[in-house]
Amino acid sequence: MTLYFLNFVLLIIGLYALVVKRHIVKKILGVAIMEYAVNLFLILLGFRKSGIAPILTEDMDLQTFIHTAVDPLPQALVLTSIVIGLGTLALMVAMAIRLYERYGTFDMDEINRLRG
Amino acid sequence: MNTLLPLFTAIPICSAILILIIGKFDKKNFPRIWSLLTSLSLLFILAVIWDKGTIIHEMGGWKPPFGVVLVKDNLSQMMLLIVNVVAFLTIIYSYVYIIKFEDYLRFFTLFLFMLAGMNGVVLTGDLFNLFVFLEIASIASYALVGYGVDAEELEASFKYLILGALASVFILFGIGMIYSIAGSVNMADVAKFIVENNLGGNNALLMATGLFIVGFGLKAGLVPFHAWLPDAHSSAPAPISVMLSGVLIKVLGIYSLIRIFYSVIGITPVVSNIFITMGVISMLVGAFMGFGQDDMKRMFAFSSISQMGYIAVGIGIGTPLAIVGALFHLLNHAGFKSLLFFSSGAIQTSTGTRNLSELGGLRKKMPVTSATSVIGALSIAGVPPFNGFWSKLIIILAAFSAGYSWLGAILVFTAFLTLAYYLRFQKNVIFGEPTVRLKNVKEAPFMMIMPMVVFAVFCLLGGVFNGWIISNIIIPAQGIITNQLGYISSVLGI
Amino acid sequence: MKVQKQSGMTFIVKTITNLMIGFMLVFGAYVVLYGHITPGGGFPGGVMIALAYILVTLAYGRKVVESMVSGVMGSIADDIGALVILILGFIGLSVGGTFLFNFLPKGTPFDLFSAGYIIIYNLAIMLKVGMSLYIVFLALAILQRVVTAGDEAREEKE
Repeated sequence: MTLYFLNFVLLIIGLYALVVKRHIVKKILGVAIMEYAVNLFLILLGFRKSGIAPILTEDMDLQTFIHTAVDPLPQALVLTSIVIGLGTLALMVAMAIRLYERYGTFDMDEINRLRG
Repeated sequence: MNTLLPLFTAIPICSAILILIIGKFDKKNFPRIWSLLTSLSLLFILAVIWDKGTIIHEMGGWKPPFGVVLVKDNLSQMMLLIVNVVAFLTIIYSYVYIIKFEDYLRFFTLFLFMLAGMNGVVLTGDLFNLFVFLEIASIASYALVGYGVDAEELEASFKYLILGALASVFILFGIGMIYSIAGSVNMADVAKFIVENNLGGNNALLMATGLFIVGFGLKAGLVPFHAWLPDAHSSAPAPISVMLSGVLIKVLGIYSLIRIFYSVIGITPVVSNIFITMGVISMLVGAFMGFGQDDMKRMFAFSSISQMGYIAVGIGIGTPLAIVGALFHLLNHAGFKSLLFFSSGAIQTSTGTRNLSELGGLRKKMPVTSATSVIGALSIAGVPPFNGFWSKLIIILAAFSAGYSWLGAILVFTAFLTLAYYLRFQKNVIFGEPTVRLKNVKEAPFMMIMPMVVFAVFCLLGGVFNGWIISNIIIPAQGIITNQLGYISSVLGI
Repeated sequence: MKVQKQSGMTFIVKTITNLMIGFMLVFGAYVVLYGHITPGGGFPGGVMIALAYILVTLAYGRKVVESMVSGVMGSIADDIGALVILILGFIGLSVGGTFLFNFLPKGTPFDLFSAGYIIIYNLAIMLKVGMSLYIVFLALAILQRVVTAGDEAREEKE
């Protein structure tokens, strides 16, 4: 149970960095931390105490595999999710560099020409 | 028949990559023509599988719940019609509009990826597959909003990106919660588990409900998650504003909410009340903020928030009449909002500005554009005999007959507010006398006018023949929504 | 006063890069090829191969790595990887009736050439992911001089 609680604390730290900090790169790091937290949550769902990795080797029969391995489905979901997070982060970093070129600052409070 | 279903996502992705490869040799004509052919072929496939009942396609030969399943039922077919028709007309419109960007190869690549993502969201029967396609469509739209890299477009795109990534994180969290309850991510399997074990008020299910409402509500632009919408819809290039406001917020937001809350989790009174509250606040905020805008596209974006509120109220009321009204309003809004954004792009191309204070008297210089935008403005304000009047009437009648009389009063009041600020738009832009700087304005090119005329004709015919549209397109879709057990049995085959 | 810029990093970094690249490429290829037997597969292997080239970019500078794998070649490899995946899907559609149907013979378990088309699939994903990461890094390296131009413009303004 403490593992889930600490995972939630990680999510809240990422959300704090995203909302409170004004520097663009710190907001991007906040999004990255939140994505790590959610991926960790998905893997924790399949965790089994003193379980083995879900790899079927030649000298293992199917019954021991089912009863001792951790759940492999969330691990497949997390693999896809990490790739998606990578794409989003790359786009964010490129956009941050272009914003610096246009506005001359990394401070999000000064980048507000659109309002109303 | 069921081998045609994966083509809705495979063909646009294949075309996008072919455009990237072959477009290196022919930058000007090949991307546009190939995108047009792709979209036309998707419409042809849709005509082949139209009205054939529920079709199931199991990817890779694995049966559900072990594999990913693609499901086309009547609700999916209505959304496929909206997405593909609007995309086809947008490609025709951007044939000429896109010339003002010098390098438009990647525009069509990203556009086709967004189309593939939206088709995938509508067709899938698996929660994590929904998330993957949602991300494909979203990331393509983040890049498209900031396509012409001006300062304001980049700022709008960055705000949209940050909020969209936040929404995706919450949605994935919700999917994880549902996996921890049900042990599978297949939609029909989860629904069977929840119905069999009667998990109405389970705590984990409540948390998943809250996370989904935040995540998908942000994608749909409902208040209080609307902060990205005015900036993104007004700073994007005109074809992208059409796709964003006409289909993206509907498919990624409203359709996903309907699918998850009516077919998977099951509607409870708490969720209905949350939808009604968010819908009412969205209607009022969108209508009031739309008054003080000078920029034409920003006013249209606030009006989109307001109309999404109408649809959310209809979904929240939950009676079959209300759902019919909400779905009909979704179809109509795709029609007239696309028309209005197309006309704003045409006005900006011809006159160089889109501020209401600098325009006036365009009915003499641009007759076709003025006529079609008058039709669009009258439709969205709810004036008979155009189609907006009938859908708003159905929602108001459903509110009164379900016992929410104060809600019906607010709906009528908002309809009058909508009429008011669209009359202001017409007075400032179309009627009146042209100012000095607009002396040499000409009509927009033919390829840009034709989609506007098509949508205007749809607004007129949809109002006149609304009975035919409702009974053939909307009522089958509504039959799927209120029948959760039918969805489970048709997918799992039990 | 202008400081003379030398391309890349110091001599120590360059020497260690020379030693490490071979190992990284071979290990990445191993992870990709044995992806259906041991953990790994297309995505981690592709990332390791991209990291080898990114290490060369950091240590030697952009011009050296562009002479090894240029931006255009990387882009074409990226597209070929994606097309191979789609072609596999379409062949599966026509042979087995469902998209991505596993149509090659499955063989005996724990062999190198078992599990149908998964090995071709892993190679295609390695091309796609690896080259995508590499091209993104190359594009950011080109944008670097935009940032320094913005910095110099801001210093002149103050």
